[in-house]
Amino acid sequence: MHLDHELDEKFPHRHTYSAAHPQRPDGTRRALRIGLGGPVGSGKTATVAALCRTLRDQLSLAVVTNDIYTREDAAYLLREAVLPPERITAVETGACPHTAIRDDISANLEAVEDLEDDLASQGAGPLDLILVESGGDNLTATFSKGLTDAQIFVIDVAGGDDIPRKGGPGVSTADLLVVNKTDLAPYVGSDLEGMARDAKEQRGELPVIFQSLRGEPGVGPVADWVRAQLADWTGKAAHAA
Amino acid sequence: MSGAAAALLVLADGRFPAGGHAHSGGAEAAVKAGRVKDAASLGAFCRGRLHTAGLTAAALAAAAAAGHDPLALDEAADARTPSPALRRTARKLGRQMMRAARATWPCPELDALAAARPRGAHQPIVLGLAARSAGLTPLDAAHACAYENISGPATAAVRLLSLDPFDATAVLARLAPEADDVARRAVEAAEGDLADLPAASAPLLDITAEAHATWPVRLFAS
Amino acid sequence: MTTVLGAGTPAPARPAPPPMPAPAAAVAPRVAVTPVAAVAPAAAAGPAGVRAHVRITAASDGRGGTALPLLSGEGPFAPRRTRSADPARARVTLVGAMSAPLGGDRLTVETRVEAGAALRLDSSAAMIALPGRVPGHAEYGVRLTVGEDAYAHWLPEPLISARGSDLRQHLVVDLAPTARLVLRDEQVLGRTGEEPGRLSTRLTVRVAGRPLLDQQLDYGPGAPGWDGGAVLGAGHRAVGQLLVVDPAFAERPAEPRMLGETAAVTPLAGQGLLVTAVAPDALQLRRLLDQSHIFTSW
Repeated sequence: MHLDHELDEKFPHRHTYSAAHPQRPDGTRRALRIGLGGPVGSGKTATVAALCRTLRDQLSLAVVTNDIYTREDAAYLLREAVLPPERITAVETGACPHTAIRDDISANLEAVEDLEDDLASQGAGPLDLILVESGGDNLTATFSKGLTDAQIFVIDVAGGDDIPRKGGPGVSTADLLVVNKTDLAPYVGSDLEGMARDAKEQRGELPVIFQSLRGEPGVGPVADWVRAQLADWTGKAAHAA
Repeated sequence: MSGAAAALLVLADGRFPAGGHAHSGGAEAAVKAGRVKDAASLGAFCRGRLHTAGLTAAALAAAAAAGHDPLALDEAADARTPSPALRRTARKLGRQMMRAARATWPCPELDALAAARPRGAHQPIVLGLAARSAGLTPLDAAHACAYENISGPATAAVRLLSLDPFDATAVLARLAPEADDVARRAVEAAEGDLADLPAASAPLLDITAEAHATWPVRLFAS
Repeated sequence: MTTVLGAGTPAPARPAPPPMPAPAAAVAPRVAVTPVAAVAPAAAAGPAGVRAHVRITAASDGRGGTALPLLSGEGPFAPRRTRSADPARARVTLVGAMSAPLGGDRLTVETRVEAGAALRLDSSAAMIALPGRVPGHAEYGVRLTVGEDAYAHWLPEPLISARGSDLRQHLVVDLAPTARLVLRDEQVLGRTGEEPGRLSTRLTVRVAGRPLLDQQLDYGPGAPGWDGGAVLGAGHRAVGQLLVVDPAFAERPAEPRMLGETAAVTPLAGQGLLVTAVAPDALQLRRLLDQSHIFTSW
């Protein structure tokens, strides 16, 4: 009678309502969630695409995008075919990505849980990693700890080499700071050493990776950092179980 | 009022993390069609919405808060929502409201509805049950629902039209007595036979919701 | 008790509705009611308005056709059996017998389409709600019951809400799980160039007692926000719906689609499809509804 409820039967109830647990309600390990944020044009989507290409053969992964306009970043990832379409979901944010990743994370939690449930029900096995990408936003936009386990903040050398000095929650507290497009530094007159110094000043022991996706090692160091996070997470989850 | 006034403020706060910020309540489509272009047309839009979709939603919320069977109300909500795009939106927001409500005011009734409708029940019903769980009255639930029905489009219009936020808030303030009236009518209806719950609808909201759902580029999810 | 009217029965006298917009305070002319048959209870017309009840029953005739064992009317409507394009299916046309509904009137049409029968019910002309001699609103109730494997088409001409009128219409449809239905409901708000009266109309449809569709529309003076951008929008004075219920939709729901900017075809949560349209006038509204869903009537 009620055609809309077909999915209710297909996917029994299992959503969590507090996000912090390492396990899904059915007791299986949930995927590690890593957020990627940063200003517009810093290369978040390109980094996500490169990570997918590098990691997709070793890990089961999926991506959630948070766009200002509908689902542009998701459309880009689909066009680039970095992952099959069922592994990419777009969250609509009402023009406010920072609200959707920090203040009201409910839509993003639905998205990550739906990806886990849908892929499991398609026989694709458990997901290892979900990358949650924020639409380009300002320097204060950070991910809620209720949504992601770790976050990467992506800035670029062309956005001004004074960004690390200015700090802000993204630069100073992200688990990893990526300074992207180092290949452009000579052209835009950015001082990489100064940026590294300022970042160290703001972040203390928290890691910083300088990256250029044009040429070697490309996204390699960031992918290694993600692998290390995942190993740590898997160990913790095994311990919790 | 129930005496739990602060709990009502928590529930009705625009910052309550239940996903509302990503939805315009039909305002984005109305702005594109030129039907909402300034404070006056926003006022007319919100007024029509309040007395149609707002009244229907408020009555569902009041009935849920009064303890009526949420699954029967969910079926009644389906019958009052011919647009599949709006049914999807209502269930999506219901699921998000459920998550927030179970974290803030946990109760077995919310758990039971979540288990029966894992992809989400219609949002006003979840809101009504959340109000019940928070110790609020059916009138409180109806107030929260009626207010949210107009505050969503008003906030969206500020972003879509760069409308003066003071003007948009003044629109809401001028509609406040009517929102009170809608909440009272919703509660009266919820005290009667469920089959007679208001079914007030707005043809343009239904039609434009379908069109909006197909837009390739938009700011709001609905 | 019942009176079966042949198509040739002369229509009782009725005045034509006023062709021009009537001033708000005008009282429509009224003639004495001619009972359609001596055995039928006469419709009462008095200071309280007309109370009239039409009853129609269609039943399978046992030979693959549809018989009309009950066809009774009084007051403003005379139900006539009219020529059907499909001899195996019945057609009844409501012929207006007087101006109605006016303020204070209580009109009811009760139709049963029993198991296996097929009935098309339509009307000879638009129904115009007018202000009455007595204060207060008019009520027009339609009750349609469709049995197992039965088929009903409810295709009346539009309802026009004239200035100063106040009509509450309620259509209640009860369908058996295997019943099929096509229902068209059109409202025109004011005659040409005229402000509308107050019109409230509710459509309640149940399948096996469970709600399938419940919608109430409220227009005109005293209905807050009805001409704003959420409900009708500027320049739209005709609104209509086409509802199709068919058990086949349970297997294969209709695809949602737009018809221009102001009409949409939507699959319901149950076994139905609803077309909702708004338009500047009755003609453009009918054009939208006609192109929305192709079906064959009889």
